[in-house]
Amino acid sequence: MELTATTTIRRPARDVYAFWRRLENLPTFMCHLDEVRVTGERTSHWTASAPFDRTVEWDAEITDEVPEEFVGWRSTGDADVPNAGRVRFAPAPDGVSMEVHVVLVYDIPGGPLGKAVARYFGEEPHQQLDDDLRRLKQVLETGEVVRSDGAPWGKRARKEFPQRPAQPLSAEEVEELAKEARA
Amino acid sequence: MRANTWAGRNRVEVRDVPDPTILNSRDAIVRVTSTAICGSDLHLVDGYVPTMQDGDVMGHEFMGEVVEVGSGVDPSRLRVGDRVVVPFPIACGACAACTAELYSCCENSNPNAGIAEKMFGHPVAGIFGYSHLTGGFAGGQAQYARVPFADVGPLKIESELSDEQVLFLSDILPTGYMGAEMCDIQPGDVVAVWGAGPVGQLAMDSARLLGAAEVIAIDREPYRLRMAEEAGHTVVDFEEVDVRSRLLELTGGRGPDKCIDAVGLEATHGSTPIGAYDRIKQAVRSETDRPHALRQAILSCRSGGVVSVIGVYGGLIDKFPAGAWMNRSITLRTGQCHVQRYMEPLLRLIEQGELDPTRVITHTLPLEQAPYGFEIFKNKREDCEKVVLKP
Ligand SMILES: NC(=O)c1ccc[n+]([C@@H]2O[C@H](COP(=O)([O-])OP(=O)(O)OC[C@H]3O[C@@H](n4cnc5c(N)ncnc54)[C@H](O)[C@@H]3O)[C@@H](O)[C@H]2O)c1
Ligand SMILES: [Zn+2]
Ligand SMILES: [Zn+2]
Repeated sequence: MELTATTTIRRPARDVYAFWRRLENLPTFMCHLDEVRVTGERTSHWTASAPFDRTVEWDAEITDEVPEEFVGWRSTGDADVPNAGRVRFAPAPDGVSMEVHVVLVYDIPGGPLGKAVARYFGEEPHQQLDDDLRRLKQVLETGEVVRSDGAPWGKRARKEFPQRPAQPLSAEEVEELAKEARA
Repeated sequence: MRANTWAGRNRVEVRDVPDPTILNSRDAIVRVTSTAICGSDLHLVDGYVPTMQDGDVMGHEFMGEVVEVGSGVDPSRLRVGDRVVVPFPIACGACAACTAELYSCCENSNPNAGIAEKMFGHPVAGIFGYSHLTGGFAGGQAQYARVPFADVGPLKIESELSDEQVLFLSDILPTGYMGAEMCDIQPGDVVAVWGAGPVGQLAMDSARLLGAAEVIAIDREPYRLRMAEEAGHTVVDFEEVDVRSRLLELTGGRGPDKCIDAVGLEATHGSTPIGAYDRIKQAVRSETDRPHALRQAILSCRSGGVVSVIGVYGGLIDKFPAGAWMNRSITLRTGQCHVQRYMEPLLRLIEQGELDPTRVITHTLPLEQAPYGFEIFKNKREDCEKVVLKP
């Protein structure tokens, strides 16, 4: 399965590239990622959880990159869901913004895990990546993922519909949010 | 705290809800001193805006005192104790739309942008108290409100003006003004305004301020037409006369040079068959909006004129007079108001006495009586034009 998405961010190439290249940042806006741990100059360890009903982990390596232009990566070893990705940064015609073009490729296995993955991505799998890039844009342009009372959970927004009512959070919910922020 | 909430179609209810807290670092919490009921709220109550949920706090027109600010709010912009009017669109100030002063199209302020995009093709900004489609933000018909991007939107009021004089900078004054500004009014222009609700009235005053030779108000509520007449505008009762013929009569057969639709998707159309057509289609949801005022404006406008749409539309319309629009070189302009763009200049005009938005206020009620306020505003009882609520 191949997913593509694109967005335009009003920040210089240097900043957008640097943010993405610090792979630990990816889980702050990518819905399915729990953690990315950098293990070497080009290697990293990725953890994805909730969506698959179980934790999926894999090692990845940067396959090629040109600073401020693109980064390519792919999973290594025998990953449960072999995958690869590529992000390309291109100056927008306005002279101040950067276009971000992302391609993710998943090699969906057979069996129950494959089914779970397919179910997770749903009928319009690209939407998830669209939302991820919207959050990336929020973080880079405004400093953080935007929260509302109806959708306070950041990455979980689309999954929860109907949402909680658009009224302030209870003390317990505020505590839960603080816990997530600390994690 | 107490807050006015949506409780299903045709029901609002003042309930206890938790107090708001800071959720993003650029938030502020405002203790609301005055808030208002808007024609846009009626679209929610009447069930024409999808994704409302039971318990949603309503209200997008409010002002008050800053009681808390997040760590990311620049103290030179906003501090605890400041008295502020809050614009209804939530805008980040940093994206391409905000940089172009198109604040109601902010690309970052709607956490439900993905859902809005499905409906509108592109996402729209977050709006207080205006469904989950525009973000699911709790509104300002409450004792307190959380204001995101508090360093961008809120306008500090440092003079002695009363709440009533400045409250409408949150929405209806900038909206009416933008409606008139989009008309690109030239000396000698006749401007016709459909809808003599609060938005229409302020569009009329703005049109005159921007140089219109004559302003015509179209509605069917006698007390609303009287209010427009008292402000010096010419009136047309659409229940009594054929609007297009009357407008031609009033303009020597030319038609108004500029037309403003301040009615939106719930227009009434006397008792003609086309009215029934739209009502039925809207009831079965195969047409979501009833666009009588818009159609009439396009058909009445002089060739080469401008039709400026500030009445809210949410979905699809039928029988759009594309032929009249295209063949007669009519320009259509529209938008949710980019309130932040207009707040400061309009505050100056209020201070100078050039505009007096208080003229539309007919009722001031405690927040607890919000359901009653909605009832009289919606059903045009007690000559209700604009309700201000005091939490
Ligand atoms: N663009 C924006 O940013 C923005 C902001 C605020 C309000 N609005 C919209 O502006 C519109 C007016 O708001 P309001 O608070 O004045 O509402 P309102 O409901 O008080 O006023 C609407 C008026 O239109 C009249 N009307 C109905 N059908 C008509 C017709 N066919 N011809 C002429 N008049 C007709 C009604 O009698 C009523 O007086 C609403 O759609 C509201 O959602 C838009
Ligand atoms: Zn309003
Ligand atoms: Zn913005």
